[in-house]
Amino acid sequence: MSRITPLNRKARRIAARFAGSFADAHALAPQDPPLGCTTIFAPGWEVDTDGGTANLCTPIERDLYDCHHSCYWPAQVPDALTNSPNWAQSCGAPVNDWSKIDLVFP
Amino acid sequence: MGSLRLGYAVNYATAQHRRARGKDMTYVWATRSAALAGLDDAALAVLDSFAAPRDPEAWFGAEGAEDERRKSFDALAALGLLEPADFRVPIAPDLPALPYPLGTLVLNVTNKCNLSCSYCYEYGEDRINESSRGPALMSEETARQAVDLLFKDSAGRRNLSITFFGGETLLNFPLIKSVTEYANAKARGERRRMSFALTTNATLLTEEVIDFLTAEHFGINISIDGPRATQDAQRPFLSGKGTHDVVVPKIQRLIAVNRERGGRPVGARVTVTAQSADVQTIYQHLAGELGFDAVGFAPVTSAPGRDYALTGENYFTLLQAFGVLADDFVSAASAGKNHAFSNLNDLLRELHQGVNKAHPCGAGLGLVGVSTGGELGLCHRFVESGEHAIGTVTSGLDEERRRAFLEAGHVGTKVSCHDCFARPICSGGCYHEAWVRYADATQPNLHSCEWIRAWLDLGLITYARIMDANPAFFTRYEEAS
Ligand code: SF4
Ligand code: SF4
Repeated sequence: MSRITPLNRKARRIAARFAGSFADAHALAPQDPPLGCTTIFAPGWEVDTDGGTANLCTPIERDLYDCHHSCYWPAQVPDALTNSPNWAQSCGAPVNDWSKIDLVFP
Repeated sequence: MGSLRLGYAVNYATAQHRRARGKDMTYVWATRSAALAGLDDAALAVLDSFAAPRDPEAWFGAEGAEDERRKSFDALAALGLLEPADFRVPIAPDLPALPYPLGTLVLNVTNKCNLSCSYCYEYGEDRINESSRGPALMSEETARQAVDLLFKDSAGRRNLSITFFGGETLLNFPLIKSVTEYANAKARGERRRMSFALTTNATLLTEEVIDFLTAEHFGINISIDGPRATQDAQRPFLSGKGTHDVVVPKIQRLIAVNRERGGRPVGARVTVTAQSADVQTIYQHLAGELGFDAVGFAPVTSAPGRDYALTGENYFTLLQAFGVLADDFVSAASAGKNHAFSNLNDLLRELHQGVNKAHPCGAGLGLVGVSTGGELGLCHRFVESGEHAIGTVTSGLDEERRRAFLEAGHVGTKVSCHDCFARPICSGGCYHEAWVRYADATQPNLHSCEWIRAWLDLGLITYARIMDANPAFFTRYEEAS
């Protein structure tokens, strides 16, 4: 039995947020989480076990980022490395701000 | 996610962190998240099982106790202590929503000074500004325009602050008074709250000044370098005469009046150079004999080669001295008492809050500096540098230049910092120092990494020692400040 005690405010915030459900917490690790769920499928594109989107392991709106930050998924998001580094700038929290993401005209 | 488990299908590895051994647990500070947790030996063993990347699924099932293992794994991953090994998630260069609302204005109320400190960046060899560029004193009109700008560009903030800076600020005391009145009146009208601070060399603290500053609850920071010999050598009057005996009675009077009125802590800011007296003696003089509430040390900023510049050996001595002060701090904290060593106090606060900085400081974000002539700079040290101007009080903030600077200064661009455990708090260090060293404000201050890391280690060890002895001490850092 191992004991992990969150001590500073940040650690306690993380622990509170994932209380009892650390099981999926790794997918939402702090600051820059590994956003892709598994490397085989990103179920965010589809549905959860109940046929809805509410229980997907990452909120569906995050998929917009998924493809641009960290993931191999070949979706058509602007290329953030060279041509459109700021396209997602005005989108702070994807779940709320996804509609603010810029359009890019190549 | 219920019973459906797709498995990790990626290897995981121990993520970057720093440890300090405590009495019953090991204190672990995760670099990516800035979370700080206590791990017992079993949890530490879990963390170390991933020293070499491996598939967690395989590890879970290996020796029974699967649920146990899963739980520990998930908790460590959530804290940012375990991460996928095959791809490093880059540090996203995200800026906060811009234009970022201002919170603090630093007004350079004068360029003049009645002292001639050996290491001064206003006048010394490392100055950025051409002193001929601005007027010696800030005018009433410029100051009001600056205050108006602060109110206009701070949407959503209730609390605003103005810091008076110089030169020697009290050479323009009439302006400080009128700005305070003006800003207070404006704040009352908008139901906002002002706070004021000033830095001074204490030579011009008269009864009238002391009365005003304490009545207005100023945060007061006094630049003083220590006992007579050091102070007189490093901070003489223009005439060359020493300042120690002039400032000491004034400071004592200020501290006494301020205490009586329940004012904010009065701080001493000590510039440490190669010629400084030893830190213990300085601290004892300022906190013990003069009664300062807070004593902070700042290693001098300098281009290499100046005779006051600190060398590797000086830094080592300094660190040892800070270690002794830290022991003293631990004794005080264990007894639930405050200690005046403010650098350590600030560091412990940041560690306890889990601060994780994308920019090293507020320059250009919530804070801007205003030159005597009304030019807006990234901070007080950059005013009148031309190149780093981000507008004027009449034309307003140049948001394009501000954004460009914030993008360039983001820790995401500082690749050398990405593998450094000090990153959450250091984030590359002071832009002004970088400018002096590398002629580029957005470079990380790689010349001082060793020092910074050693200092953060000292902070972490001190955190552990206090947490072992008296965890309740940390409640004082719970409030965001
Ligand atoms: S400047 Fe040096 S100490 Fe600071 S974060 Fe970067 S690499 Fe680390
Ligand atoms: S640039 Fe340096 S002097 Fe200016 S606010 Fe930042 S840390 Fe302070």
